[in-house]
Parts: sequence; C-alpha cells; structure tokens
Amino acid sequence: LVVSNARENQLSAPNPHRLPSTVAREDEHLLVTAAKSGDAAAFEELVNRYERKIFRLTMNITRNHEDAEDAMQDAFMKAYSHLGTFQEGSRFYTWLVRIAANEALMRLRKRRPNLFSLDEPIEGEEEIVPRDIQDWGPSPEQRYARSEMREILNQVIDELEPDFRVVLVLRDIEELSTEETAATLGISVAAVKSRLLRARLKLRKKLDRYLRQGESN
Amino acid sequence: LTCNDVIRELSNYLDGDLDASTMRQIKQHLAGCKDCTLVVNQTKMAIDILCDSEPVELPAEVRARLRQALRHKMHEASK
Repeated sequence: LVVSNARENQLSAPNPHRLPSTVAREDEHLLVTAAKSGDAAAFEELVNRYERKIFRLTMNITRNHEDAEDAMQDAFMKAYSHLGTFQEGSRFYTWLVRIAANEALMRLRKRRPNLFSLDEPIEGEEEIVPRDIQDWGPSPEQRYARSEMREILNQVIDELEPDFRVVLVLRDIEELSTEETAATLGISVAAVKSRLLRARLKLRKKLDRYLRQGESN
Repeated sequence: LTCNDVIRELSNYLDGDLDASTMRQIKQHLAGCKDCTLVVNQTKMAIDILCDSEPVELPAEVRARLRQALRHKMHEASK
C-alpha cells in the first residue's frame, strides 16, 4: 500500500463538515472497492463519513469516553487491516458496526464481567404490563428543545442496564437485524427478542417521567 | 388475547414480525383497550426519539488521535 504525502496530509486534516455522515450513499461500494485496492484517500473518506456514528455507537455501549475512543480507533484499524475479507455484496457500514460493537463489548465486559450472564427468556406468566399509564400529551418536539431532548436521552440511556442498552443500540439505533445482533453478541435470537422487548419497555418507562402530560422536569 | 399477551408481543408487533392472525388479534385488542394502545404508541414514540438522536460532533482531539493512529497504520502497511 503506497500512501502519498498529499494523502497523508488529507488524512491528518480533513474537514468534518465536508460530507454529512448520517446517510448511506450510493458511492459507498466504489469507495470500498478503491480502499480495498489500496486507495488510502478512499478509506479516509469512509472514516470521515462514519466516525461520528461509530463513536456514538461505542459511547452508547461503553458509556465511558476513554473506552469509546479506544474501541472506535481499534475498529477503524481492524476494518483497514481486514478490508480484504469484506464481502462487497453487503453493506460496509453494517460490517463496520459489527467490528466496532465487538471492540466496545470487549471493553464493557472487562468492566462488567457478568454481561449477558442471565440470558433467560421472559417467563410465560410474568406480569409485564406497565402500571399507571398516562397520556404523554404534546409531542416531545413541542415540549423540549433539541438539546434538552438530547440531554434527557443521554440520561435515560445512561440509566439502562448494559444488557438491555446494548441490544437496544444495535437493533434500534444501528438497525442490525435480530440475527446480526444475536451473532454480534453471541446470544440466541430468542434472547435478543426477549431483551429487546424488556429494553424497549424500560426506555418507555424512563421517558415517561419526562413526557407524561402536565409534567416537565 | 389478554393485555399481558399483547405487551409480550409488543416488540414483534412493532417490528411487523408476527403472523397475520396474531397481528389481527392484537389490532382487535388495541381497538378496545386504551391502556395497551397508549403503551404501544408510547413505546413506538420512545424508539423514534432514540433513532432520531443525532451523533454528537467528535471532539477535535479525538479526531486528531484517530487520524494519527490511522496514518501510522497506513505507513506500516506501506512498508
């Protein structure tokens, strides 16, 4: 792999606003093909495109800034090293998410060794219907500024137990399939579904205290 | 279906991951149950709020360290 000085300089000082990083573009496969054939600028473009989302992912899983940064950095390094194994029929971002999630989970497991140790599905007779259900009233956009809502969400995600948080992040934010989530976490599809249900109900319950009608925190 | 049955399938219902008969039974239950309808709608809204969250801007020093590490990696690979 030959990296020119110009490309090195590009890599060291990219413009974060040059391309928004939230939308999959049709040229992704072209960038991946170019990166696979040794084009460092193409890989740089992929990094520019996805670094914010990957940092959000690793931060959401680890909830620790240092671990999140390390996981993100190692994820991009591994992606670069293993580009040759990437199957071009699949989506690059999904592949990257799985690498980054594994890096973040490895760090989370170091801090929380019992992660996913209790992997039982919901029991048949367990009562799971929420209590004290009240209308939420005006939409969140009408009640809270975007920055306030981000703070609330940050607080709520922080309060979720890691076992539930990780499933919610992979399924609902990163939109991995149930099967991809199960494979990434090394648990069964049934366990993913069970945890996702609990996680979504917990998310609703925690947001309830901010959004129920007539109350604001 | 009882309320407990409906809430147990809530996630699959929102994902459309149920057979037609179960979907129909849940819709029938929701048509007559205000509490379950609120829980379903609020859970959907909670997921939407979560999905709408924008990634925050990466701190400049984090971006700089990432690029330094990648530059080093690329340099090593080019040898």
